[in-house]
Amino acid sequence: MSAAEENAVRRSARNGWLLSAPALVLLLAAAAGPLLIVLVYSFLSPGQHGNVVWDFSTGGWTGILWSKDIFTDEWVLADAHLTIFWRSVSLSLMTTAFTFILGFPTAWFIATRPPRQRALWLFLITIPFWTNLLIRTYAINEVLRKEGLINAVLLKLGVIEAPLDMLYGPFAIFVGMTYVYLPLMVLPLFAAIDRFDMKLLEAGYDLYASRGQVLRRVILPIVKPGIIAGSILVFVPSLGAYVTPRVLGGGKQMMIGNFIELQFLAGKNWPLGAALSMMLLIIVTVALLVYVRYANRDAGHG
Amino acid sequence: MAERSFHVARLPGFATMAVLVFIALYLPIFTLVAYSFNASNAVGVWGGFSLDWYAKAWANQQVKDATVRSLMIACFAALISTVVATMAALGTTRRQAFRGQTFIYVMINQPLMVPEIVTAVALMILFGLVKQATGIHGLGYLVLAHAAFCVPFAYLPIRARLEGMDLTLETAAADLYATPWQTFRRVTLPLLAPGMIAGAMLAFVISLDDVVITEFVKSGGQDTLPTYMLGQLRRQLTPEINAVSTMLLAVTVVLLTAFFLLTRKKD
Repeated sequence: MSAAEENAVRRSARNGWLLSAPALVLLLAAAAGPLLIVLVYSFLSPGQHGNVVWDFSTGGWTGILWSKDIFTDEWVLADAHLTIFWRSVSLSLMTTAFTFILGFPTAWFIATRPPRQRALWLFLITIPFWTNLLIRTYAINEVLRKEGLINAVLLKLGVIEAPLDMLYGPFAIFVGMTYVYLPLMVLPLFAAIDRFDMKLLEAGYDLYASRGQVLRRVILPIVKPGIIAGSILVFVPSLGAYVTPRVLGGGKQMMIGNFIELQFLAGKNWPLGAALSMMLLIIVTVALLVYVRYANRDAGHG
Repeated sequence: MAERSFHVARLPGFATMAVLVFIALYLPIFTLVAYSFNASNAVGVWGGFSLDWYAKAWANQQVKDATVRSLMIACFAALISTVVATMAALGTTRRQAFRGQTFIYVMINQPLMVPEIVTAVALMILFGLVKQATGIHGLGYLVLAHAAFCVPFAYLPIRARLEGMDLTLETAAADLYATPWQTFRRVTLPLLAPGMIAGAMLAFVISLDDVVITEFVKSGGQDTLPTYMLGQLRRQLTPEINAVSTMLLAVTVVLLTAFFLLTRKKD
């Protein structure tokens, strides 16, 4: 490379940084940077009425799993916390699985439409994706409540005699999260199926594979990157969900997101809330790193 | 050929399931909209068509204030995020890959990856300290927070537009002795405009819909429409909430349709 070319490359890089600088400053100030403060707060001591005292302590982190017994002063496993974690993880896994069961046929259906119709079907999936999460959660509330749509229809048909009590609990949270996060599963699945070469199906059938075998042995392995992307896109926000469990869980049935809020807004224990936030961030980062590694390995193959 | 591959791709039950999914996706939203026109104030009982709840929502000072606040924040957030995202898109496309480019990508997309509740808590702590130190409690904190998480949404369509743009026009302008600024102002910017408008619209929608971060960052009396609704959902529900939701939905759908038409690939 000549000196002039080298200079041009260096200048281009410098301009790249300069042009990106305002965005970076904004994001450092109001998105990424503040995360460091949460990390610092997770190692401080809780204040009397919320906030923190600037004394180093690992209490926030041990408080995730253990709590001090008020009478014996011994550290015991915090059952209430474990219940909340288990509820969050199991509901998120169920949501991920169920959005896949519903989302795969939907994505397949969209991808096999004639090209002209396809854009319209995709648009119909995208609208709910962009609409207010709170409004969609409230819409589910309308459907599930005692006087809601499902109960009204079932009562009219005579299937049930008294309205079902579906609201405020894990079931309602599960239905709500499946509803609000479904588009996040369908979109990456569609992208994967859209690239899928349908001739492979012909080859499969020509070799006497049954429909089930073609689905299991040909389709699913090839669209696997889409399945993984969709699963992460659903699992990550489910695990950190705040609005849906708050509106459909009825206050008592918390998930991690609400548990974090409780530590801060009720002024209970800021370092514990900060440590819980960091834990959530670590889980999400690990999930994304696994995905990136998997996606790269996959790209390397073909 | 197309007919035949279509037949092969048919999997039994998939189309039925897909149609059911689409119905399930829209039925709750339609129910919510329908009840906003309900004359009865019992949420589950249909009492005939009426626009009363819209009139009630319109007369409600809290709703009015929250609407104005939401629109103001969304406008400023969309403006700021579109400007910085356009600059970043110009900085990260159409040039030889440079050191640190991945870092810039990660930073720009960071709001998409970090759970909202974590960012919300982080901003509550930071802005709380700043509020305490300066005594200033304005809407600026919300604008700043919204502008930041809107950046990736503004960035994506602008970057896509830039990558699809023809470099020859700019080369031609330079050949005709246009200064770099003239080339940018007269050639690049007009070509880029649809991408910028699309990005600004997405940012606007995202800002208008935000609940979690706003709920944690706002000071007293700074409710936006979504946080006002979240507060109301704890109380006795009336179809007034449906009316407010329907109006918010309408704004979103109109903007999205415009976005869809604006970014549609020409056949």
